[in-house]
Amino acid sequence: MLLSEMKEGQSGRIVRVGGSGVLRRRILEMGLLKDTEVYVEKYAPLKDPIELIVKGYHVSLRVEEAAHITVDSLR
Amino acid sequence: MYQKRLTIALAGNPNSGKTTIFNNITGTRQKVGNWPGVTVEKKEGTINRYGYELKIIDLPGTYSLTPFSIEEIVARNFILDEYPDVVIDIIDASNLERSLYLATQLRELDCCKVLFALNMADVARSRGIKIDADKLSELLDVPVVFTVGNKNEGVEALLKKAIELGESASDVPLQRKVKYSKDIENSITQLQGFIENRAECIPYNIRWTAIKLLENDRIVTERIAEKTGNNCQAILQEVKTHRKHLTARFNDDPEIVMTDERYGFIAGIIKEVQTTSTRQRVDISRSIDLVLTNRFFGFPIFIFFIWAMFQLTFSLGSYPMEWIGSAINLLSTLFDLLLPDTLIKDLLINGIIAGVGSVIIFLPNILLLFFCIALFEDTGYMARAAFLMDKIMHLIGLHGKSFIPMLMGFGCNVPAIMASRTLESEKDRILTILITPFMSCSAKLPIYIILAGAFFSTKAGTVIFSIYLVGVILSVLTGRLFRTTLLKGADAPFVMELPPYRVPMIKSLMIHMWDRSKMFLKKMGGIILVGSIIIWALSAFPRNPRYSMDYESEIKKIQASFTVAIASADAIAREGIEKKRDQAVAELLNAQRAEKVEKSYMGRIGKTLAPLFSPIGIDWRGSVALLTGFVAKEIVVSTLGILYAVEEETGSEAIQNALISSGMTPLSALSMMLFVLLYIPCLATVASIRRETGSVKWMFLSIIYSTLIAWLVAFLVYQGGRIITGLS
Repeated sequence: MLLSEMKEGQSGRIVRVGGSGVLRRRILEMGLLKDTEVYVEKYAPLKDPIELIVKGYHVSLRVEEAAHITVDSLR
Repeated sequence: MYQKRLTIALAGNPNSGKTTIFNNITGTRQKVGNWPGVTVEKKEGTINRYGYELKIIDLPGTYSLTPFSIEEIVARNFILDEYPDVVIDIIDASNLERSLYLATQLRELDCCKVLFALNMADVARSRGIKIDADKLSELLDVPVVFTVGNKNEGVEALLKKAIELGESASDVPLQRKVKYSKDIENSITQLQGFIENRAECIPYNIRWTAIKLLENDRIVTERIAEKTGNNCQAILQEVKTHRKHLTARFNDDPEIVMTDERYGFIAGIIKEVQTTSTRQRVDISRSIDLVLTNRFFGFPIFIFFIWAMFQLTFSLGSYPMEWIGSAINLLSTLFDLLLPDTLIKDLLINGIIAGVGSVIIFLPNILLLFFCIALFEDTGYMARAAFLMDKIMHLIGLHGKSFIPMLMGFGCNVPAIMASRTLESEKDRILTILITPFMSCSAKLPIYIILAGAFFSTKAGTVIFSIYLVGVILSVLTGRLFRTTLLKGADAPFVMELPPYRVPMIKSLMIHMWDRSKMFLKKMGGIILVGSIIIWALSAFPRNPRYSMDYESEIKKIQASFTVAIASADAIAREGIEKKRDQAVAELLNAQRAEKVEKSYMGRIGKTLAPLFSPIGIDWRGSVALLTGFVAKEIVVSTLGILYAVEEETGSEAIQNALISSGMTPLSALSMMLFVLLYIPCLATVASIRRETGSVKWMFLSIIYSTLIAWLVAFLVYQGGRIITGLS
């Protein structure tokens, strides 16, 4: 499933980071890599962006950006 | 005495406590400016310690050295081109894995000595994270020092270590490197050999150059092309072949694979140096966020904070503003009394003091605003504000953080434009700066009040509100227009860290506040001074225009005629006659003042421009008033007062009456209000646009665009309105 489809409180393991160019590289450099575990902390009040916990820190992504990331749902 | 010098650069992720350490080292001896050519803040400070003169440079906070954002380019170029003796990488110990990404890149550069500061070790410990510093130091071949920035622990040790490192024999071959997988390493080695054979004078480490070329690094590719001349094509061809080969091998771009492998390398290190106890503690920061970015309370709280900031900046700020205002008045009165009536005096009072005074008066606003912004940034709330607002701002093609500068624009555009510094992406920043002037600033309000009050009486409030609304709508449209044309490209990706909340340090807040304000005073001062003098000269010359009548003798005549009447009248009647006389004299004086302005260069320009203004329903008096509004919008009303020869003390009602009797219609008043809303911002704003965009180009674009839009909107409303009212 896509990261943007996950619900608050769900965890997943990243399978693939799609997209292209700057955005993709930036996402990877922030530590959202293949096999990394992500936890969906919350959605912003207007349902966009998403707040994630990755490698022990909090990061936010726009929903459209999160849609480039494929994950395996863990729980 | 001769002193040994060392240059030490501080690198690190945003929120790693880098600035705190920098503040602790340099204290108040810091200089804040911009990096050459770009509007990224450059901070440096020089201190004398242990017999050395240490020049400390605070590099922009970045997550990596991949040259995508301007901050990363600045940081990397500094290390590559300025050869600092030591680079201290400030690492957030509670966030080791991500921090090490930048660290490995710094290590890979291999052109300077690197030292790690494991900062916020206390936070890490409280989260149950233990780091084996010796092991880390050994694995990466880099000295490591523990620091706690906000308690000033370990900073002296860090400096000592940096000096020691700076003095140590250079060119110690580094043993430990990021090792990539076999295919990539093969390509790196081959490319390294290929370059070495063909180019002698590559200023960088060859391995690093090879890696960057494989990663398709735009800047390194350009530089190599410059340096290698004839062999350039061969090298680039070779790089292409390798990239093709690797892309086929991994089924992905080499730079992506290498990012992945760097993290793999880091994961290996983490496994060896970091132990995390599984005991879960209460995460205070997360609990705070449960409230502050809550689905229901998030926005109300945000609005409250913004309201509080506005109140603090503009309400509390209005008191010191008044004091400064009276001080300026006192000063000009003093000069008025002390100096003889000369041109110099006029220049001093009406040019320099009035002009510079109109800028200095913003100082309290700016100090308070930057205090609030520093508070938001240092606590970590700014990231949350962006998180909340991003959805809305993204619709205009802007970043969540653009909201605060735009909102501040309703108060005063000058601090608002300066507040856009909080935006990381340069495009976002410029776009925000360009649309902020459409937020109607508080200085324009008196103009609306006079005009709307005179022509719309009971509906004045609604009209003024709609004017504000038009400003907002046009800023949105402008944002979209520029985003699709001049500042093309998607807005910066919103991959933003939400750092843990922290208690801000007073010292940090103060330094931050003072730095920005100092910059405001210094840089604005010059432009404003010159601008005010020019405007003054335009309205002060010619000194003695040929008046339509001889006011002086006319006044004398009146006085003489009244003197006789007064002498012959009794005590009670005398008072009334005296009043009449004063009124007659004042009327003449006002008429003279009005004529003087009319005949000044400014007035002539206004009259010349009148044909441009008549299609939008503004007469020559209005156009002169609008011209003087370039200095500051506050002046528009007083110029109108002078031109309509209204007595100064009688206030706005007299001007309103004069406006009505001058033949202005509600429609032309509306058109004028819209024009005021949109046309060229004041001198101080223009100066800050120039300053914050770093180019005259954007400044002129802003001036021309806004004035053009103002005229068009006013034209459409006025002419359209005339057609509609003509029909009905």
